[in-house]
Amino acid sequence: MIELRYEKAVDPASAMQLHGGRGTARYLGGGTNLVDLMREEIEQPGLVVDVTGLSGDIRETDGGGLLIGAGVKNTALAEHRAVRARYPLLSRAILSGASGQIRNMATVGGNILQRTRCYYFYDDAARCNKRSPESGCDAIDGFNRIHAVLGTSPACVATHPSDMCVALVALDAVVHLQGASGARAIPLTDLHRLPDGHPEIETVLEPGELITAIEIPNLPFAARSTYRKVRDRASYAFALVSVAAALDVEHGIVRDARIGLGGVATKPWRARAAERAVVGKAATEANFRAAAEAELENASPLSGNGFKIELAKRTIVHTLGELA
Amino acid sequence: MRFIINEHSIEADVDVRTSLLDLLRDHLGLTGTKKGCNQGACGACTVLVDGERINSCLALAVQYQDREILTIEGLGTIGDLHPLQAAFIEYDGFQCGYCTPGQICSAVAMIGEIRRGLPSALTEDLALEQIGFSEDEIRERMSGNLCRCGAYNGIIEAIRATYAEESAQEREAAA
Repeated sequence: MIELRYEKAVDPASAMQLHGGRGTARYLGGGTNLVDLMREEIEQPGLVVDVTGLSGDIRETDGGGLLIGAGVKNTALAEHRAVRARYPLLSRAILSGASGQIRNMATVGGNILQRTRCYYFYDDAARCNKRSPESGCDAIDGFNRIHAVLGTSPACVATHPSDMCVALVALDAVVHLQGASGARAIPLTDLHRLPDGHPEIETVLEPGELITAIEIPNLPFAARSTYRKVRDRASYAFALVSVAAALDVEHGIVRDARIGLGGVATKPWRARAAERAVVGKAATEANFRAAAEAELENASPLSGNGFKIELAKRTIVHTLGELA
Repeated sequence: MRFIINEHSIEADVDVRTSLLDLLRDHLGLTGTKKGCNQGACGACTVLVDGERINSCLALAVQYQDREILTIEGLGTIGDLHPLQAAFIEYDGFQCGYCTPGQICSAVAMIGEIRRGLPSALTEDLALEQIGFSEDEIRERMSGNLCRCGAYNGIIEAIRATYAEESAQEREAAA
């Protein structure tokens, strides 16, 4: 058995020092994904650095947005009064994910960095380029009903499983990072990589770089927003398709729109083509359908998941219609 | 390592990998908390930490030192049942009973969540201070606890009856 050490960080500097950028070190949040992956021996760290003690605050920014510490629990973020009033799509996305127990454990930073739930990634008897680079992918010609239709590559078709991130990319959230070479902030849409030829490299994080906070900018029209999740059972299941949307409509015309998609893509998906197609147009079902068609135009179905393309279109139309 | 379990301070030295669930069952003999799936899918291992429900199978014990851990053994005894335990018996909230400790611990915390105004995925108005205690809300909020005997109707009746009784007692106390 590989020896496993545990260290508890008290601040970002100590977390980074303890981690040291070592390939065998992992930051540990609520453990809801990492502990499971360790038990399955998909993750085999030699050191876990507990970062649950870091930055558990949610505070207002000077620009009228919110700064959310990476250690904030999912429940606390969904429950926060300002989030419920100003960014309801975010509360709803979080509340539609996992279970009450898991939301109480899971941190914001951990939610962002959770791994895919692709069956083949979890099954070490299967080939998986993400788990074992250049070994092949058994999902592409396998049982792929839950897999992605957007952002896929010949190497990987696994979805990013987060609900929270779908709302956050729609909101133009910015990720605050602390690394060996200092602090930086990048859009959440740039944090996760598309799989291309290297699905094992999931983010642009440098070795040992730590998520310290998420910032959501001021977006007044997001008060009119929602999250719709379609899944195989009514609760406690990953999305087949989900849509996070905020819509700014005046006199029947869409002035602005933010749309994110979950369950259909290899990373939390910002639906910019749909947004471009609908802004400036009348808030009608036909225009919502055209926007959905624009976003899914380049979708690539596998043998078992073609239904997601039409399902995503209809879910976009329905969700925008609800907000119009 | 020091743990506070059911109001008792306990010293135990365990491997970093040891889950809170295995600490309770295998090291401390508190076998009321059950191991079902051991991967966070079934909720049989639900315990309360500082009053909040968690899956003890996904929790590394080392992360829960010095926290207030409450298990089914601390909630009630055969001679002094917690009201929810009594209600599970009265309303047939179980058959085999394996998921029951998790169901009861989860429901105790869930009632607290509704009381403090935590919305759910079903809550229509996120601005509400007081959340309705409907059957649909209970089903949504208890979806992290599976019952393979299918005793869900009895479980929901037991939770509703307990909540109604608590609310009536509070109104009486207030009056």
